[in-house]
Amino acid sequence: MSSTQGRIKRINGSLVVAEGLSDAKIGDVIHIGSLKLIGEVVRIAGKDVSIQCYEDTSGIRPGEPIFTTELPLVAELGPGLMGGIFDGLEFSETEIWNLVGPFMKRGVKVNPLNRKKKWDFTPKVKKGDKVIGGDIIGSVQETSVIEHRILIPPTIGGKIFDIKKGDYTITDNIATVQMSNGKKKDITMMQVWPVRIPRPYKSRIPSTEPLITGQRVVDSFFPIAKGGAAAIPGGFGTGKTVTLHQLAKWSEAQIIIYIGCGERGNEMADVVTHFPTLKDPRTGKQLIERSIFIANVSNLPVSAREASIYMGVTMGEYFRDQGYDVAIMADSTSRWAEALRDISGRLEEIPAERGYPAYLAERIAEFYERGGTVITLGSKQRVGSITIMGAVSPPGGDFSEPVTSISLRFVGTLWALDTNLAFRRHFPAINWLMSFSRYTDLLVDYWSKFDPDWLKFRDRALALLEEASKIEETARIIGEKALPDEQRLVLLISEMIREGFLVQNAYHEVDAFCEAEKQAKILRLFIEFYEMINPLIKAGVPIDKIREFSSIVEIMRLKERKGLEWIDKAKEKAESEVDELAKQYEILS
Amino acid sequence: MSEKAGLIYKTTREIRGPLLVVEDVKGAAYNELVEIKLSDGTEMIGNVLDTFSDRAIVQVFGRTEGLELGVSVRFTGELIQIPLSDDLIGRVFDGSLRPLDHMPDPLGAERREIFGSVINPAAREPPSEFIQTGVSTIDGMNSLVRGQKLPFFSEAGLSHNIAAAQVARQATVLGKEEDFAVVFCAMGIKHEEYEFFRREFEKTGALERCVMVLNLADDPIIERIVAPRIAQTIAEYLAFDLEMHILTILTDMTNYGEALRSISVAKEEVPTRKGYPGYLYTDLATIYERAGKVKGRKGSVTLMPILTMPGGDITHPIPDLSGYITEGQLIFDRDLSFRGIYPPVNVLPSLSRLMKDGIGSGKTREDHSEVSNQLYMSYAEGVKARGLVRIIGEVGLSERERKYLHFAEEFENRFVNQGVYENRNLERTLGIAWDLLSLLPEDDLIRVREEYTKKYHPNYVKS
Ligand SMILES: Nc1ncnc2c1ncn2[C@@H]1O[C@H](COP(=O)(O)OP(=O)(O)OP(=O)(O)O)[C@@H](O)[C@H]1O
Ligand SMILES: [Mg+2]
Repeated sequence: MSSTQGRIKRINGSLVVAEGLSDAKIGDVIHIGSLKLIGEVVRIAGKDVSIQCYEDTSGIRPGEPIFTTELPLVAELGPGLMGGIFDGLEFSETEIWNLVGPFMKRGVKVNPLNRKKKWDFTPKVKKGDKVIGGDIIGSVQETSVIEHRILIPPTIGGKIFDIKKGDYTITDNIATVQMSNGKKKDITMMQVWPVRIPRPYKSRIPSTEPLITGQRVVDSFFPIAKGGAAAIPGGFGTGKTVTLHQLAKWSEAQIIIYIGCGERGNEMADVVTHFPTLKDPRTGKQLIERSIFIANVSNLPVSAREASIYMGVTMGEYFRDQGYDVAIMADSTSRWAEALRDISGRLEEIPAERGYPAYLAERIAEFYERGGTVITLGSKQRVGSITIMGAVSPPGGDFSEPVTSISLRFVGTLWALDTNLAFRRHFPAINWLMSFSRYTDLLVDYWSKFDPDWLKFRDRALALLEEASKIEETARIIGEKALPDEQRLVLLISEMIREGFLVQNAYHEVDAFCEAEKQAKILRLFIEFYEMINPLIKAGVPIDKIREFSSIVEIMRLKERKGLEWIDKAKEKAESEVDELAKQYEILS
Repeated sequence: MSEKAGLIYKTTREIRGPLLVVEDVKGAAYNELVEIKLSDGTEMIGNVLDTFSDRAIVQVFGRTEGLELGVSVRFTGELIQIPLSDDLIGRVFDGSLRPLDHMPDPLGAERREIFGSVINPAAREPPSEFIQTGVSTIDGMNSLVRGQKLPFFSEAGLSHNIAAAQVARQATVLGKEEDFAVVFCAMGIKHEEYEFFRREFEKTGALERCVMVLNLADDPIIERIVAPRIAQTIAEYLAFDLEMHILTILTDMTNYGEALRSISVAKEEVPTRKGYPGYLYTDLATIYERAGKVKGRKGSVTLMPILTMPGGDITHPIPDLSGYITEGQLIFDRDLSFRGIYPPVNVLPSLSRLMKDGIGSGKTREDHSEVSNQLYMSYAEGVKARGLVRIIGEVGLSERERKYLHFAEEFENRFVNQGVYENRNLERTLGIAWDLLSLLPEDDLIRVREEYTKKYHPNYVKS
């Protein structure tokens, strides 16, 4: 006999063991106890079913009833997502607040998407048109920047039998499809999708375009491609969150999904409060109009963190399928891994390193694999992408720990944060010797729009920085004064690049975002400046004379100036100072 | 204890550290409050950590000496709750909220669970009101705002208590007279340390505005699990029900962590680092994250946990995971302390993440953030030069390096260093900062925009 109802046998934190649920399948959503707390089946052993509960289990007793919904954990997808703030199970936190006040309560259930709101639906196909899964049949202007494209669900195909323009809720029928077997299927604007299963696409294609972020060290030195993946590991306070916020604010993606996974409540409050006041430098529209937030903060039950990552990625895939470039920020993937560890420990699985389950690497790989650039389903060759950026919080700042070392295997870009840079308030504290990007070569085309020699200057700058750090090693032993002036010049230039280029203040009204053209021009100027000075030094001009140049400060301050004209002015100034000094020392140029 | 509901069991089969395995219990609730009575009449509380159809594992928040299989265990059917009212202010309790001040048991119409409920992130108000503490290293470079959690990372024997008391004494929000109280929670600190706080609070009259929850060094270790939660439950009530501004001091969180570890060991859980359980981060978050502000409510909970870093090691799990949760940290440094600097705050690894929201024009002063950034950068440069001196001597330094070295010394002596009773207002703090910056070449002040240099640099300010 099969049964959808059982009884609780044991409760140990988020782990609930029940018996009598003979129909349960792994992944089924379960309602636990009289409060109907939400959980998911994670193990079946004989008659015993183990459930990971997403809410606090305090007060629940063995003997209480338990029900299976016989459905997996799904995301509701449709108009109404934009600007929302959800928990890991897609409950709107704004709705919960309205319903029960500012403190969370257990067992509260709200519909993820508003069922009453009407959206103005405009068809893009007509009666008789042939459609297959993934085709766009119409759209809703969800916000002033996002046209929410309504898709035929992946499993449906046939002829449009009926489709209507007008104001509809997400559960109203907006179209009917006559399937090839003659059956009719009603289409609503809302779809559901199981979060643990990747949404299908036609094929993967290589990523060829940079995701411009307006952050100099990222775009110019360690870029990320649209559809790429990046990890940003760093000890506490090194700038993971601020950097991800910067990327969420300023990157060129069309849709942003920000997953706060096991992090601070005040940070989420900060994003949702400040985003509405920020404007996209490209569209001039509010950034909130293209963003979705998932806020599963650190003091919410640890198990729900596990789901929040999948929830966010599923939403991302849904917009990718509409043909958008989506960027997903996950802060922090370490907290998600800890959730895996927690439930694994309660299930008494054999731990691998540091108590993490042996399947940690597999799960991390699966997560990053859900990113990428694809040709979507549907009859048109539509391209969409998901770029994933994951913060990693290594205990003690030690990058050899499992989550960091595993993540590095699956990402194309590493922004390695450095505690020492953070101590001296060099932000973003991305260490230029430890970081890497596998996408640089792809991006030359993009940059040559601004500067045909971009790659040369970029590599030169990076090489100077590397050389400078070697010289610094020596300087640490013998003192800067004892170095030859040629080396001291390298130190000076690297200091200029660090302060004038790499350091970027997220809270400065101009500096927060730096357009690509400006980046390319400033970068070039540093190298040109070096090449102007080098002959003087070689000819015996003391470095201290160079340090007196007022153009140095001007070059270093270019980042804070609006407009590109300052760059040429600074260059002219430097040239005239060089000429003067050359005359003084009777050097012929 | 008088007549109370709930079933009493005398079926304890095993005692393992602070854990009791009680048999034949039918359906105890997870986390349920349990009362334990020893044969000598001693009473303790505990809660259910793991519950089965026919048995329950209970952790005892009391002394484990004297526990025997014959103890009577009463399952109360409730979660651990405490009574709440404004009468708690001015009172002193032990770690389980039993009075230590010879006054009656606390009463209150409102009862709440000490494990608390989570502030909905959507309902949080981002903290933004600058608190002037009168301490330059805090106000100038690591500003505290209402609703922030800013811990002291210190070492045994340093002056963190004196500094905490100074902050509690001097903290004000400029231009505001509001209802204010301190919730003080001791976990495993020495009597002498507690006496210090009590005297300090008494001197300034703060004692009447203070709730004390005390678990001292010789009190039961496992009680440290409940003490900070009781304190935070009181703080939340005073802040969000009675609309008061609360400063919670939790000291010493390292002792808390050790209590948590000993339970984990008794439960035979797989340890992660240094024997601490994998859930240490989440567990600490359930205490720390109860600080903050709530939209539409007037009050606030500002949290100042104090912890001593074992062996001065900041990568030790307690400071490390605290740092991952709190909104910054102030680092107390043995070296500075040796050199007689008070408060011995090493600003370089210190941080206040919420500073940016509390400072600037209209809040403190327009140049505040940039001056702070400049001090960080220049001091880091000076510390680097000092490192050089150790290797090559001062003669090996360049002119520039020597300037920075001098700057670093002056910075420590004049900016970091101050009196225990010296209450510097922000103008004064920024004034000292500019005096110090004027020791450096003006062109080096790259983190400050020219406009502010022209306005505040001593070279331009007409005296
Ligand atoms: N680009 C930046 N510009 C200015 N300040 C920055 C920048 N990046 C980081 N910071 C400073 O560093 C602080 C810490 O950054 P952040 O909160 O991002 O650290 P984190 O790595 O996320 O730490 P945790 O792991 O504890 O969450 C910020 O509060 C801010 O003061
Ligand atoms: Mg962070």
